Amino acid sequence: MIKLATEADAAFSSFFEEMKGQGATGLRQAAWEAFAAKGLPNRRVEAWHYTDLKAALGKPAPIASAQAGMREIARAHDSVRLVTLDGVFRPDLSDLALLPEGVKVQSLREALAQGAPGVMALVASADVQAEDAMVAMNAALMQDGVVLRIAAGVTLGQKIELATYVSSQDVQSSFTRAVVVLGKDAKATIVETAGALTAAPAQDNQALILRLAAGAALDLVTHVSGQSDKLVRVMSLLAHVDEGASLSSYALVEGAGLLRRQIFARLNGEHSKVALNGATLARGRQHADTTLVVDHAFPNGQSRERFRNIIDEQGTGVFQGKIVVRPHAQKTDGVMQSKAILLSDQATMNNKPELEIFADDVQCGHGATCGRLDKDQLFYLMARGIPRYEAESLLIEGFANEAFQGLEDETLRGFLLGRISSWLAARSK
Amino acid sequence: MAARQETVARVEEIDVDAYKYGFTTDIESEKAPKGLSEDIVRFISAKKNEPDWLTEWRLEAYRRWLTMDEPNWARVKYPPIDYQDLYYYSAPKSTPGPKTLDEVDPELLRTYEKLGIPLREQEILAGVETRKVAVDAVFDSVSVATTFKDELARAGVIFCPISEAVKTHPELVRKYLGSVVPATDNFYATLNSAVFSDGSFVYVPKGVRCPMELSTYFRINEQKTGQFERTLIIADEGSYVSYLEGCTAPKRDENQLHAAVVELVALDDAEIKYSTVQNWYPGDSEGKGGIYNFVTKRGDCRGRNSHISWTQVETGSAITWKYPSCILRGDNSQGEFYSIAVSNGHQQVDSGSKMIHLGRNTRSRIVSKGISAGKSQNTYRGQVSAHRKAEGARNFTQCDSLLIGHECGAHTVPYIESKNPSAQFEHEATTSKISEDQLFYAQQRGLSAEEATALIVNGFVRDVLQQLPMEFAVEAQKLISISLEGSVG
Repeated sequence: MIKLATEADAAFSSFFEEMKGQGATGLRQAAWEAFAAKGLPNRRVEAWHYTDLKAALGKPAPIASAQAGMREIARAHDSVRLVTLDGVFRPDLSDLALLPEGVKVQSLREALAQGAPGVMALVASADVQAEDAMVAMNAALMQDGVVLRIAAGVTLGQKIELATYVSSQDVQSSFTRAVVVLGKDAKATIVETAGALTAAPAQDNQALILRLAAGAALDLVTHVSGQSDKLVRVMSLLAHVDEGASLSSYALVEGAGLLRRQIFARLNGEHSKVALNGATLARGRQHADTTLVVDHAFPNGQSRERFRNIIDEQGTGVFQGKIVVRPHAQKTDGVMQSKAILLSDQATMNNKPELEIFADDVQCGHGATCGRLDKDQLFYLMARGIPRYEAESLLIEGFANEAFQGLEDETLRGFLLGRISSWLAARSK
Repeated sequence: MAARQETVARVEEIDVDAYKYGFTTDIESEKAPKGLSEDIVRFISAKKNEPDWLTEWRLEAYRRWLTMDEPNWARVKYPPIDYQDLYYYSAPKSTPGPKTLDEVDPELLRTYEKLGIPLREQEILAGVETRKVAVDAVFDSVSVATTFKDELARAGVIFCPISEAVKTHPELVRKYLGSVVPATDNFYATLNSAVFSDGSFVYVPKGVRCPMELSTYFRINEQKTGQFERTLIIADEGSYVSYLEGCTAPKRDENQLHAAVVELVALDDAEIKYSTVQNWYPGDSEGKGGIYNFVTKRGDCRGRNSHISWTQVETGSAITWKYPSCILRGDNSQGEFYSIAVSNGHQQVDSGSKMIHLGRNTRSRIVSKGISAGKSQNTYRGQVSAHRKAEGARNFTQCDSLLIGHECGAHTVPYIESKNPSAQFEHEATTSKISEDQLFYAQQRGLSAEEATALIVNGFVRDVLQQLPMEFAVEAQKLISISLEGSVG
């Protein structure tokens, strides 16, 4: 059991006492034990080598309480939006009436209270929580979230947005967990928004559980932003991609405080495909960590990872990517690429691409680079009369956009590119 | 073609347990009592008539070691080692300090003859071009012979066992010992600092190009003995030295511990080339026995324009835990690491390199080729880092893994850390098996499956083999073929 050695341990322990009566008692108990056995991740934990949560979460904030009343939240997308605010799913702020046919939505709180075995099996994340303390903590303390089911064979014409915000002026912790299930051969585009409507330094722990049944296809577009430079946010994506199914993920991370985005993607059937792409922008003292584990558990799988980091001022970027090929996952094809540009003398980038391969008939590779903007390219642009600052912006924009090339939805791609441009516009000259 | 045929022939004439250096030498030896304590540390120090400062240095390391934990982050698995169940000192019994080879136990000389290591300074025959190689032979805990000492001395090069250097050149040893790998560095290095027995000491004075290759040959013979040698090489301003290291051990059922420390210091404009062909006993086909090779190797490019290059061919050891590194401190200094790691049977390799860029315009290159066969696990683990002041640092890393068979594993774990925007780091890694197409193509042209595999493997490791001194390259190429024996088909 947990040793109540630190203030943080004691606080989390009291959170667990508070949450354990809120449904899914067995599941929470097992998750709590998994967390307690590990404690808060620190640099001695290999998967957290570059991000120290023990230091960042030394003083856990109290669990968020629901903010009553309506609140206008600006829309970024033309989508059917499902809002989770300060740890609580808000039907009143969501477009439940506009849900297309074949789509079912339930709040996690309600699902846990009903305790239907099918749903509980989906909510559980036993395989990953054994590995990662923050996923375990999320399962032990989960407050609410969305359970979204898309029926077999449905092709959604409209985007669905899972928007999760923190808004309280008080410093609070929130623990949310969403579940998205695509039935056989279903096709959808989902936008995942993680934002902050407050400058208070919230502590946010989110998990998104994805299940893609055979033949399903999902485009997942993630946008992460925040306001406070003391925000601590951990986002975990846990995906199972079954036979012949395909997951394409595109993420734009705008740094805010300490951010860790972790992806555990499992190719859970033959001929499944996973493509993970992302661009990270960090400045100030921001710390942005992207960590992924792509687990090839079946033969003939294909995975592609493409990440870009742009780090300015005293920012720190982290990329850790691991491709695992299990003993029987023959004919696996995996390629991972991570590139970083440092824009300032104070910026730091840590790259750790890993291959862990137990099958012989595979083609796997990774590449990682780190450096500054190419002098020759800058010269080329400046020789054509473009001022240095603009030339730099142009090159950075092009570099970041590489992550979103595969995204077919043009409005979403336009949105992401727009965000990159405004980030660049705010860059100090 | 002829060389390949010869390789295949050699592979065929040996049985499954292809380790040909597995014989033992019956020789009377003198050992310290089993176990480790301050008394044992004092005993080793006294045996070697060491000055007080060194005894104290050892004791301090020992006390520090007691507070340390064995590292467990590497991808290797082995039962816990009982450090009290080992002999920390073993020396062939002989008259104190043999003056000439004639006084050395003939049994020992025969051992080295069998290993193909010349301990006699053979005269060079007129008209026959043979390069001279000076050899320091270390048997269990002590150095038994060093050749060509006189000729080296004429060039001003000091090449002797480190135990002798402590007496003859204390000022150099005291200045540099532990200056690259401090006594507190890591669990195994600290243990080594406490109980190190012997090893080679090389000092190349200013502006001298060492007239011949230097080489040390390590042999573990005794049962339940750990070998803890310590090598210290100093290349003074503008000098050059090339150093070769070879190692073998008898076949034994139990695992034996080898925890060495190698320190290299390159001052302004100096160059050190360090090559290793490591062929410790890897254990039998069931995974029983074999050497635990837990080694700390580090080079310090202390001076401007200095250059350190590590080349290694690793085919032996049950477990390898080894990360030859370069600290690129001097401006414009250069570090290189070329490695071939072959694992077969139940071998476990966790090896790689570290390049720490501290100075301006420092450059480094890592080329690592891992070949896994049988039930082995082969991990590349490396670190490249640029610190704030490493303006213009450059690194290129290439790690390729080749898998032969479906029960082995190949893993890559690089850490790439940059704190300077002008540092340019590139890293590439691939893992694949020998493709059916390549095999088919070669077999179409009349090669057997084994020949075809040998051909492809040789091509795969060529970049690294080219870095080895010529005599070693031929030997290494044969060694790789032998290590992969039984893995094809």
